Amino acid sequence: MLNNIGNLLIFLSIAVSILIIYFSIHSLKEKKKTINKKLFNLSLWQTTFTLTSFFALIIGFILSDFSLITVFQNSHSLKPLFYKITATWGNHEGSLLLWINVLVIFSFLFLVFNKDAEKKYRIYTLISQNVLIIGFFLFLFFNSNPFDLVVPTPKQGLGLNPILQDPALAIHPPLLYIGFVGSSIYFSAAIGSLLSSYEGRNFAKSIKPWVIVSWSFQTLGILVGSIWAYYELGWGGFWFWDPVENASLMPWFVMTALIHSLVVLQKRESLYSWVIILCLSAFTLSVTGTFLVRSGILNSVHTFANDPSRGLYILVFLSLMIFTALTIFFIKYKKENYSFNTNSKETYILVNNWFMAFYLITILIGTTYPIFTEALVNIKISVGPPFYNIVIIPLVVPFLFIMALAPKVKWISNKFKSSMNFFSIIALAILLNALIIYYLEPYSFLTNLIITSSIFLIIYSLLDLVNIIRKKNNFDLPRILSHLGFGFLVFFIGLNHSYSVDQDFNLKEGEKKEFENYVINFKSLNYEQYKNYKAVIGEFDLLNKKNLKQETLFPEIRIYNQPKTLTYEASIRTGLGHDLYLTMSNISRSEFYNIKFQKKPFMIWIWFSAIMISTGGFVRLFKNEN
Amino acid sequence: MKKILSYLIIIFLFNSQAISKISNKDEIEILKNIRCLVCQGQSIADSNSDFAQTIKLVVKDKIGEGKTKKEIYGFLISKYGEWIVFDTQINRKNFLLWFLPYLSLFFGGLIIFAILKKKREN
Amino acid sequence: MKTNIIISFGLISFILLLFYFGLNNKNKYETSDLVGKKLSSFELKSLDEKNVFNSNTLEKNTFTLINFWASWCAPCRKEHEYLMLLKKKTGLKILGVNFKDRKENALEFLQTLGNPYYLLAKDHDGRSSVNFGIYGIPESLLIDNELNVIKKFIGPINFDNYKEIVKIINNK
Repeated sequence: MLNNIGNLLIFLSIAVSILIIYFSIHSLKEKKKTINKKLFNLSLWQTTFTLTSFFALIIGFILSDFSLITVFQNSHSLKPLFYKITATWGNHEGSLLLWINVLVIFSFLFLVFNKDAEKKYRIYTLISQNVLIIGFFLFLFFNSNPFDLVVPTPKQGLGLNPILQDPALAIHPPLLYIGFVGSSIYFSAAIGSLLSSYEGRNFAKSIKPWVIVSWSFQTLGILVGSIWAYYELGWGGFWFWDPVENASLMPWFVMTALIHSLVVLQKRESLYSWVIILCLSAFTLSVTGTFLVRSGILNSVHTFANDPSRGLYILVFLSLMIFTALTIFFIKYKKENYSFNTNSKETYILVNNWFMAFYLITILIGTTYPIFTEALVNIKISVGPPFYNIVIIPLVVPFLFIMALAPKVKWISNKFKSSMNFFSIIALAILLNALIIYYLEPYSFLTNLIITSSIFLIIYSLLDLVNIIRKKNNFDLPRILSHLGFGFLVFFIGLNHSYSVDQDFNLKEGEKKEFENYVINFKSLNYEQYKNYKAVIGEFDLLNKKNLKQETLFPEIRIYNQPKTLTYEASIRTGLGHDLYLTMSNISRSEFYNIKFQKKPFMIWIWFSAIMISTGGFVRLFKNEN
Repeated sequence: MKKILSYLIIIFLFNSQAISKISNKDEIEILKNIRCLVCQGQSIADSNSDFAQTIKLVVKDKIGEGKTKKEIYGFLISKYGEWIVFDTQINRKNFLLWFLPYLSLFFGGLIIFAILKKKREN
Repeated sequence: MKTNIIISFGLISFILLLFYFGLNNKNKYETSDLVGKKLSSFELKSLDEKNVFNSNTLEKNTFTLINFWASWCAPCRKEHEYLMLLKKKTGLKILGVNFKDRKENALEFLQTLGNPYYLLAKDHDGRSSVNFGIYGIPESLLIDNELNVIKKFIGPINFDNYKEIVKIINNK
């Protein structure tokens, strides 16, 4: 029954989308300056049908309706209710339906919230967005339909991978999708702008809130993904330069560049073509990312189940999208005259774009290089953290300096007044860096540069913060929050990386081990039976010889039945200064267990910094409303 | 002021020697740089698989024999192919990988320079 | 302007084309790196711990099949009949390396299913397997009298593999 409802709703949504395009073209020819009311109503129907189909799928999961293929493949009647619901988007088909929902909702909202903009522009945007919607709907319906029937109806489902049964995973996809699927609307708006010549300041104002929304949610989505990896995957890291992680990071760089370039477009009516390219690139990278992740072309802990037919469809769709957009861009391209002074805010923002492009290209090349070498010369190579760290991190140092100075630079023409300030703050940053080394431990030359430059950015931002509190003018608050957050992020990641302690050793129950300042005692092993898994819980006493503090940690090995998997649950003790992280895994045919101990400084401050970055975006949004 | 600054810079350079600590940190670094062939993209350090445990033993042996990082990576590559090491080596095959990002940085710089130059000409 | 258009379209087409070819990439890693190379000299203890085998031992054979197996490995049972067939029909010398196993279980396995090995070695912590580029079992290497690796078999030897091996050893 649900499969009929679901398919009907999808069919209706596609039909309405086609109607929207039809009436849009009609409305273009009309002389009236306002948009035909029909389009609002149709969009509302479209949103209703699409959302309802998603709810129908959720209900299918709640009721454990195993006649639906997606429910069968990804659920089990014994699964806790919360995870039955979140399993809806924890798989390829369901998440694709969520993807389409975001496309549709943004299409409707953009139509509603742009009443002041020119009609032609809004209509071309609507048409473009609906072409995307129909494209994805067709993909869903013919290749990845969550409502496909399984005949005969199985009595039980295959269950969901237990590492996906986690609260962070519940919000990770929705957050990310508002991020990079949300970028679809300014992709369409860019096309709309080109076709209607609605340019400059007006265009910037029109898309700005949408860019900020998608950027802020993308930041949060990436953060939550890292938090999940840290707590769930058991290796104590939060970023591995994994291809799927990179796929979410690449659009983020474009969005950040776009936010900054929009300021130039709004203030100085310049960089229009570049802004268009950025708008088109953001969603293009999102679709490319989805291609890399779902086609099976890459090897990663995160990939969905592999299926090359999906890959082919997405690749064709991506190609059509890029070529159409590029063609429209080149046809409508008007040469722009740039007249930037070297010492001006515009130039600094150009430099920001320059760095963003560098980071983006580095990650794009690193992620796709193995694919290309294997396709061209049949050699399989790995590109991992060493590459990204070596190429990107040194460039972050000058970037942080520029981030601190740029907001101070005036538009059009700037004169550097007091270089006194500048030098004294550098001196302070070097001093603070030296203090850290003195009280804690020395670190590498590069880390010194990173810590010093991030402190520099932090000090500048804090001074700005004090200033706006004094002057009671908080226009700059969003920028200060995001820049300060970024400074903190680099700072704490730098310290975390340098001061992390890693120990890997084998222990038997009852044994002790001493290392550095710690003594760890493998006290006991306990066995517990839970609703859908059996747990082997190790009890470990950890004694810090320096301050005589004692902690008990309980890492687990979980044995699930549906599907038959083993997971390793880390025992994490979070503190203000550091996290203690312990995992235990069994060694086959041995009484010994492999124990991995990590001390990870400032983890909670890393999460906090990332939240601060995205908060800047949200504050800007709320200020815009007022 | 400038004197204080130069003193501080000297202190800075003095502090930032690359300190190599316990060989344990090196070992973890090596293990993090080797791919677990039977896993989905994890490193040997992060994996709990059987294969990972075997490789950990062998790497520990080699470190005990006094082999350098390069020798250990070279040994594993000769047995398992280049895919097993999360690449750091700059060689013929990977030349483009390392070169292209900096090339793009250079071109970006050229473009900005060209944009700024136009103003001066005006 | 025209050059920009040509470059953009060209570059993007090239990348998309590579993605297309990338879809056909094999996903399973084959570690074929050893094929064509010489095995480095090695030493293996025998299962009964009375002897030590090294590379010199194998140089006496025209061909040797080095087979990594264990009693707890289900696919090893499947390939076992082909190993017995190889011994019976071709007299191929097979060196069995018992991997991460217990001696009693290994011997029982051979008693029940037959012993195709002319030499029985052991690698109970897995260290030696790395010298042969092994990452899972069963895996087998076919080498000649100069220790050159002619072919590597990842996974159980099936009928096609069996025919391949017979062909190779009969051609010399």
